[in-house]
Amino acid sequence: MGEVLLVAAFALTALMATAVVLTRDPVRQAIVLSGYGLSLGVLFVTLQAPDVAMAQLAVGTVMVPLMVMLAVAAIRRHQRKDGP
Amino acid sequence: MNAVRGLRLCLLAAGSLGFAVLFTLAVLDLPPFGGNFHPYGDRAVRASLLRGTPNTVSSVNFDQRSLDTLGEELILVASALGAVVLLRAVRREEEDEPARHHLGPADVFDALRVTGYPLLPVTVLVGVYIVAHGQLSPGGGFQGGVVLGTALHLLYLTGDYPALARIRPVPLFEVGETAAAAVFVVLALAFAGQVIASNVAVGVEVGCAFVLVLAKFFEQALLIRVPA
Repeated sequence: MGEVLLVAAFALTALMATAVVLTRDPVRQAIVLSGYGLSLGVLFVTLQAPDVAMAQLAVGTVMVPLMVMLAVAAIRRHQRKDGP
Repeated sequence: MNAVRGLRLCLLAAGSLGFAVLFTLAVLDLPPFGGNFHPYGDRAVRASLLRGTPNTVSSVNFDQRSLDTLGEELILVASALGAVVLLRAVRREEEDEPARHHLGPADVFDALRVTGYPLLPVTVLVGVYIVAHGQLSPGGGFQGGVVLGTALHLLYLTGDYPALARIRPVPLFEVGETAAAAVFVVLALAFAGQVIASNVAVGVEVGCAFVLVLAKFFEQALLIRVPA
């Protein structure tokens, strides 16, 4: 049972990581990255590391994608101002 | 141009090959996955129980290896400081007051608002719990601080940026960040082993750092502009 969970968590993480790389639009990529952070959190829990999983959930699913989205929004706003 | 490119590719190939060889050699020498032989874990658990901290991870972080944690916390302080300094309004940029943009409560789904507002106090409570119980159950200063730092931004999710700006006055969080970092430096250097106090100091410091960094990103995305 434990092995099945581990294999599933590893497979999910590998799948999400591939999805992040294959998504080319930065805004969509930020959302997929959030899902990847979630799957990493699940992997850490199945590996019996709840402390790391907690930090990973908050940083990987909220902080990093939010920073990417805000950076993209700032760039678009400035480009709109500078353009014709 | 092509010569430079070729040189770069050669350099990349050499580096990749060297890394692949060394990495493979290192992996072959690893102990097998799982297993029952954990010499470091056994010693860490024994030491943490001896010192009355059932959560071994917290014990390692703030008691057995608190000097390492001090280094990590100072890295976080330095990077938050770097983000605040780099993302300030420079030269001809001007920063608008949020009110000037009429950034009032935005037009978001009611479902989002109904979920966001009640979740804010619950999430803050969970963050405080994770900090306060760090020595007993999974969690601790860093994890709880991260939850606290991100919890406030539920207000932005509900579409109310001015409310978020009111709830986190940046100067107050700058003072909180540095004061908590100073307290943790004193704790780690002079009173190592105070797990509960260290958890609180790190929780405040990490929460403030995350709020500050995100505040600067929000200012860049919403308020700072170059006047025509």
